[in-house]
Amino acid sequence: MKSESLVRLVRNESGLPIEPLYTAADLEASGGTAMLGQPGKYPFTRGIHPQMYRKQPFTMRQYTGFGNAADTNRRFKYLIDNGQTGLNVAFDLPTQCGIDSDDPLAEGEVGRVGMAVDTLRDFETAFDGIDLDKITVSLTINGAAACLIAMYLAMAEKRGFDLKRLRGTAQNDILKEFVGRGTWVFPVQPSIRLVGDTIEYCAEHAPKYSPVSVCGYHIRESGATPTQEMAWAFCIARAYADEVIRRGMPVDEFAGRLSYNFNIFGNLFEQVAKFRAGRGLWAKIMKEEYGAQQPGSMWLRMIAGGGGGGLTLEQPENNIVRGAYYALIAALSGAQTMALCCYDEAYTIPSEYAQRISLRTMQLLVEEMGLADTVDPLGGSYYVETLTNRMRDEMERIIHETDAAGGIVALISDGTIQSRVSAQAYRMQRAIESGAFPKVGVNRYRSDGAEQHEVEMHPYGLDDARAQIASLQGVREQRDASAVARALARVETDARGGVNLMPAIVEAVKAYASVGEITRRLVGVFGRYVEPLRFDHRDPAEQAT
Amino acid sequence: MIDARTIKVVLAKPGLDGHDQGAKVVVRAMLDAGFDVHYTGLRQTPEQVVAAALRGNADVIALSSMAGSHLPFCTRLKPLLEQAGLGARLWVIGGNLPAQDHAALRALGFKGVFPSGSRLDAICDFIRENLP
Repeated sequence: MKSESLVRLVRNESGLPIEPLYTAADLEASGGTAMLGQPGKYPFTRGIHPQMYRKQPFTMRQYTGFGNAADTNRRFKYLIDNGQTGLNVAFDLPTQCGIDSDDPLAEGEVGRVGMAVDTLRDFETAFDGIDLDKITVSLTINGAAACLIAMYLAMAEKRGFDLKRLRGTAQNDILKEFVGRGTWVFPVQPSIRLVGDTIEYCAEHAPKYSPVSVCGYHIRESGATPTQEMAWAFCIARAYADEVIRRGMPVDEFAGRLSYNFNIFGNLFEQVAKFRAGRGLWAKIMKEEYGAQQPGSMWLRMIAGGGGGGLTLEQPENNIVRGAYYALIAALSGAQTMALCCYDEAYTIPSEYAQRISLRTMQLLVEEMGLADTVDPLGGSYYVETLTNRMRDEMERIIHETDAAGGIVALISDGTIQSRVSAQAYRMQRAIESGAFPKVGVNRYRSDGAEQHEVEMHPYGLDDARAQIASLQGVREQRDASAVARALARVETDARGGVNLMPAIVEAVKAYASVGEITRRLVGVFGRYVEPLRFDHRDPAEQAT
Repeated sequence: MIDARTIKVVLAKPGLDGHDQGAKVVVRAMLDAGFDVHYTGLRQTPEQVVAAALRGNADVIALSSMAGSHLPFCTRLKPLLEQAGLGARLWVIGGNLPAQDHAALRALGFKGVFPSGSRLDAICDFIRENLP
């Protein structure tokens, strides 16, 4: 159907025109079913496994952590008792930035937005009584990822779990931290080196552990479109793969443990098409560009999270409904793992009540709605298949454009990507404020404050911070000071020497060296990241992509 | 009314919070409003905010806080700004600021309090109208 004759023109957020009706002719014109295939077979557009959720429903993994390790351990057990099948650990900002709880820079932030972790002792407490063979743990940690992966492996080993069989994930995607989220520590190049070190180390010592979860999620939160989100995540994953391959490790020895974290908000069909398109494109990149042979190396394994960017402060109860749609999208898209931002998350650390609603939302899909019965239920829809093809073409175009402009590492290092996404976020904010981009409860169907649902605010007390500092000081007094000094000296030597840093970091965490102590040694060698602050891309004409 | 060209803003991200999408959007709105804006970037200590404000001879000292540490941070910042002779400049703060904290922020000297959901033009208009 010709767009010109329509009552209103529609484009999705990725900029693609949307027609009122799709037919076999549209699908053919978009490339047909060449990239469709069968689930479990290359190019995996329909799913990475033949039976998907029929064999194993998506893992439910709410982002959780606050206060100290004991507080968080109680919330973990509450969620597990309520049927959650994985854990996703939120760390406080000092931990994420590699700063100890007793550092003046941590004042006011200890235990506030996540769990405070200083030493291995905190991990021992946080995971006490949790069966790490049954519950897989995801660590949302980036700037300090090498330390916390080392700590997780040391904790598991100490409790007698076999590292060769240990599963779990670390976020450990530092390049996206430079674009959004901001918990960087070191400059770009040593940061990439550390990611390479963790991938190499885990491939050898914990081969089932996923040391990196490449995040389109936060790039999208920062203002990227859905196609940019996925295309730039692939560019970032290639940068890490290139680093490891450059060291001599064959692609099939590590690529199967790379995973992804993507965002869900906005148009339902655009999101589903994004995930289906991305699966085919990643498989193609790994096979054709990297020469991967193992199917696992070509799998786009992902957590798809209902994103904060879609939720609103206004009429927060609407966020429960949005969350349900986001969960439905994740299930229709074949995500391996699902998480939802909670309805109260625009205000506060989610309450147990809000966390349970999110968990029940995901369980309802499996238990009542039939989402775990049949693979890729939207497959074959003229609309979804056509859009999947168009979205994949657009992602490829963005990847080529990024490569041609110098590559993702260069474009993040000089602030180009940051400037582009913030210009887009600004335009979106203006569109929401003008009403041009609809947002229910914000620029449509507003209600006055009187009928607003009250949100229970998460309490924060300075006593928690004092207790954490006392606990850290207790560990410092009890540990073998000479073992710590030796281990930290080795961290520094290895950082200068250019060998893989993980063995030295593992030794240090086992000696109960703190995250801050290890990070300071590394900063002494690597220095700190300096943000390239740019506010160009102000001319909308430049924003064609 | 001062010419908009002369309004100098130093906008800072206090503490360890890395969520800067909102701060950068506000910077762009201020640039479009014709303000002279210096954005500090992330991880600013109270001392660094004061130094940036002095360096830029800021008419307006603006903070963007998303991670909940606004009250302890502003409590430490207030005496430093006053000691530096910046007590009479316009202090504003935006971000994830629960309603229960607004009175405390105003009492600390933050005349403009802009929780998430505030309109960009409302922020710029407030600054124009409340310059010392």
